[in-house]
Amino acid sequence: MITNDQKELAHWLKNYLLRQGTQACRIGIYSGSDSSYEVRDGRIEQLQQAEENQLIGYLFVDGRYGSFSTNRLEKSELEHFFSHAIASTRLLAIDEARHLPNSKRYYKGNDTFLSLHDPTIAALDPDAKLQAAFRAAAEVDRSDERIISVASAYGDNESYSYLIDSNGLEVESAASSCGLSVSVSVRGVEDARPESYWYDQSLSWNSLQKEGIGEMALQRALMKIGQRKIQSATYPMLVDRNEVRTLLSPMMGALSGAALQQNNSFLIDKQGQKVCSDKMTLNDCPLLSRTIGARCFDREGIALESRSVFGKGILNNYYIDTYIAHKLGVAPTTGSASVLQFALGNANRETLLAHIGNGVLVTGFNGGNCNSSTGNFSYGIEGFWIERGEIQFPIGEMNITGNMLSLWSRLMEVGNDPIYASSWQTPSLLFDAVDFSGF
Amino acid sequence: MNGESKLSGSLAAAQPLTGVLSLNDMMEHFGVALSDLQTVIKAAMLTGGEFADLFFEHTFDSLLNLRDGEVNTVSANIDFGVGIRVVKGDQTGYAYSENVTLEEMLKAARTASRIVRESTHNEAVGLSPTTRGSSYYPLLGSWENAGVELKRPFLQKLNDRIFSLSDRVSRVLVSQTDTSSYILYANSDGLLTFDYRPMATLTVTCIMQYDGKTENGRAARSYRMGTEFLTDELVETLAQEVVNQTLFLFEAVSPKGGEMAVVMGAGGSGILLHEAIGHAFEADFNRKNISIFSDKLGKKVCDTTISVVDDGTISFNRGSVNMDDEGAEGQKTYLVKDGVLTSYIHDRISARHYGVSPTGNGRRQSFRFAPIPRMRATYMENGQAAEQDLIATVKNGVFVDTFTNGQVQIGAGDFTFFVKSGYLIENGKLTQPIKDVNIIGNGPKALADIVMVANNYAMDNGTWTCGKDGQSCPVTCGMPSVLVSKLTVGGASE
Repeated sequence: MITNDQKELAHWLKNYLLRQGTQACRIGIYSGSDSSYEVRDGRIEQLQQAEENQLIGYLFVDGRYGSFSTNRLEKSELEHFFSHAIASTRLLAIDEARHLPNSKRYYKGNDTFLSLHDPTIAALDPDAKLQAAFRAAAEVDRSDERIISVASAYGDNESYSYLIDSNGLEVESAASSCGLSVSVSVRGVEDARPESYWYDQSLSWNSLQKEGIGEMALQRALMKIGQRKIQSATYPMLVDRNEVRTLLSPMMGALSGAALQQNNSFLIDKQGQKVCSDKMTLNDCPLLSRTIGARCFDREGIALESRSVFGKGILNNYYIDTYIAHKLGVAPTTGSASVLQFALGNANRETLLAHIGNGVLVTGFNGGNCNSSTGNFSYGIEGFWIERGEIQFPIGEMNITGNMLSLWSRLMEVGNDPIYASSWQTPSLLFDAVDFSGF
Repeated sequence: MNGESKLSGSLAAAQPLTGVLSLNDMMEHFGVALSDLQTVIKAAMLTGGEFADLFFEHTFDSLLNLRDGEVNTVSANIDFGVGIRVVKGDQTGYAYSENVTLEEMLKAARTASRIVRESTHNEAVGLSPTTRGSSYYPLLGSWENAGVELKRPFLQKLNDRIFSLSDRVSRVLVSQTDTSSYILYANSDGLLTFDYRPMATLTVTCIMQYDGKTENGRAARSYRMGTEFLTDELVETLAQEVVNQTLFLFEAVSPKGGEMAVVMGAGGSGILLHEAIGHAFEADFNRKNISIFSDKLGKKVCDTTISVVDDGTISFNRGSVNMDDEGAEGQKTYLVKDGVLTSYIHDRISARHYGVSPTGNGRRQSFRFAPIPRMRATYMENGQAAEQDLIATVKNGVFVDTFTNGQVQIGAGDFTFFVKSGYLIENGKLTQPIKDVNIIGNGPKALADIVMVANNYAMDNGTWTCGKDGQSCPVTCGMPSVLVSKLTVGGASE
C-alpha cells in the first residue's frame, strides 16, 4: 500500500518543484509486489518474489513539458534529479497545448468501492500458491505417450498508486490480480512439437479458476497435431474469443487521439459514421466492480464514466487526453480504454460453427501486423477447417490478409461467450469472406 | 534496403577499454564492499544451492521527442537495484531489491534461496576481481554528461530535412533515446566483474498524404555508442531512407497470396534467421525438449554453403556484450557451420546441462529478471552468388527487404515476419512494388529451402528488440540476400 511517508514525499516533491520555478506539476507514486511459482514436469523450475516502488513527476515549466521517473526515493537524490529535470525541460520548445486538466473533471478519493484489491492474496501461504501450480499440472494425464513436457505457473501481484497535482488532484487506487496457467508440449508429425496452453486470471484468489486448466491445455495441444495448409481462398472465419483481441487492437489504436492528431489513423474524421457492421456495438465500462481493467480515474486523474465506442457499427468515441484535446481543439474524453464489452449475440461457439457451414475456426494468431494509416493487415493464423459446422482437421502456416474496415463491416455474428480474464471482454466473432493464403 | 555498410562483415578486434571506470569505481558507485558481496552469496547458498549470483544495475534512460516541428518533450528514468539468483540444477530462485544495504540484500538472498531446501550447503569460492582489458563499445562521449542542448539540433535538422525532401510530408515524429548502465556482477564461482553499457537510438516516423491517400514510414539506427552517435551523416541517412520508403508505399499494392519463391534482400532479412531458427536454437527450449530442433545438434540442417553466427563481439553493435548478464565473456558463436547445427545458444544453466562452456548469451532485461538464453547479433555469412542471379532464377515470387516484426512458435517451428515493402518478381525481374504482407513458413523447412546465398552480407542496425518470457532485449540481425524456394505469402486469394 501507499504509506503516509510516501504520500508526504509526493507532497514534498510537489512543493519543491513549485518552489524551483515549475508552474504546475503532477506527481505519481506507485508501489507493488509480485510473486511467481513455475513448475515443469513435476519439479519446481523457478520461484520469484519482489517489491518495488517508483515515483513519476510530470513537469510544466515555462510553457514546456517533461516527465521524469525514478526508483531512488531519497529526498537528496530527488532534489538532484528534479533540479536537472527542470533545467532540461527549460531547454525545449514551448508547447502551448501542455496544461494540467480542468480540475472540474477530476475524480476525488479512492477506488475502494470497486473492490479491485483482494488482501488474501498477499496473506496466503506461498506453499498454497505453489501447490495450485502443481495441482493444475497434475490434471494432465501423463499416460499419453505423445506428451513431452508439462509446465504450469501461478503468479500474483498487488499494485498501489497515489496521484496528486498542483491543481488540487488527490486520488488513490489499489488492485490485485492472480493467474494460473498450464502449457503442454506434445510430439507431433515428424519433428514438430506443438504446444498449447490454458489459463485463468482474476482479481481475487477465491474467484480464480483452479480446476480444468491443465485438462484444457492438454486438449488444445493434442488438437494441434497434424496441422496442414488448405488452399488459398476466401472463407467465412470464426475467431475464438481469446484471439479477438488481435483484430480489435488496430481498431482501438486507430481511435487514439495521438494517432488522429498525427494523421496516422484509418479512422480519422469518421466519428458519427458507420464504419462496421450493425453487429458491432462496443461499450467502455470503467466502473464495474470486481472487474479486470475497471478504474475510477485515468492517468491524468480524470473521473471516468461509461461511453459507447461503437453503436450498431457507428463510431461514437475517440480516446482523447487533455494534451491532444488542446492540439486538436476538441473536448477531451479520456486517453485510453478501460473495460470493453460487446453487445452479445445469442449463440455460443458451437452454434456459430454450425452457422459457418464450411470455413475456418481461428484459434491462434502468429505474427503479422496492421498498417495504422490504411488499416491494411496481414496475420499468420492457426485453427481448424470446418465442414457442415464440424471441426475436420487442424490447419496452420497460413495467413489472412485484408483491410480492417472491410473486415469489421463483414462481422456477421457475435457470440454469447465473452472472456472475463481480460479487460477486453471479447466473445467469439464470425466474419464473412476473409482472404486466406495457404497453398 | 535496410542494411548499412558501416559494420558490414565487421568482426573487428576488441578495442581497449577507455579506462573511465575500474572495479573499485564500480563497487564505490553501488556502495558495496567485497565482504558484503561474499556475505550475501554465502547466505544465498545456505539452503543447498549449487550456484548463486548478484547482478547490480544502475541505469539512466533519457528520451527526447520532436512532434509537429518542435522538440517539445523530454523524459528521463533512473532504475537501480540488485537481482539475486540461486540455482540448483535447472531450478532457479530469484529475488531483487531496489535497495543495496546489506540487510535488504540478505532478505532478497533468503527469498531466492527458498528454491532449495536441503540440510547441507555448498561453499562459495572467494571473490576474485576479474579485469577485462578490452571493450566492444569504447565510449567517447558519455550520455550522462549530454544535455538537451547537445541533442536537440539533430532532431530539428532531421525534421527539417525530411520536409525539404518531399511536399507529401504531413507529419514527422522523431525520437532520440540514450541509456547508460552501470553493471556489477559477482557469483559463487568467485567471479567479480563489471561493465558499463551505452545504448543510443534515433528513430523517425514520417506520415505522408497524397491524392487522398495516407502512408507512414519509419527509419531507425541504434548502436552501443556515446554522444558520437549523433552526426549530420546519420541525420541525412535517416531522412533519405524514411522519405524514399514512404514514397514507395504509394506505388505498392498487396500481392496475390499463396506459396511462392521469396528472395530476401540483404540486411533486415536476418529476421528470417532470428525467427525461423534463432529462437528454436535457444538452449532452454532444447534442454526442455520442446524445440523443433531438440534432436538436431550435430546434424545437417541446411545446405553446406550456409553458416549462421550469433555474435556478441561486433564493435558498437546493439547486440554486443563485453560480458553477458551472468559474467560470461562476450563471444562469437557458430550456430550452423557449413550446414551443420554446431551449437545452441546457452546461458550457464543450459551450458551445464549440455556439458559445454557458456556462450555468453545469458541476458536479462534488467535486474528485475533472471537471465535466460538470448540472441545478440545473429547473421548468415556470405555466399557466392550475386543478388541479381537469385532474382533472375524466380519466375513468380516476391523480393522483400523491409520488415517491422516477426514471431515464432518454438515447438511447431512455424515462424512469421511482416513485410513493410518489397517487389513482385515476374520472369526474373522486379516489377510491381508490394507492401503490408505477412510471410509464414516452418523453420527447419525454410532453412532447408534456402537454395541460393548471395555475396552482399549486410547488418541491419535498426532498433530490433526481442521479446521472450516477458523480457525485452536489444538485438540485431543481418544476412546476405538469399533465395527461399517456397514460403506462404499473405495477400488476396483472387
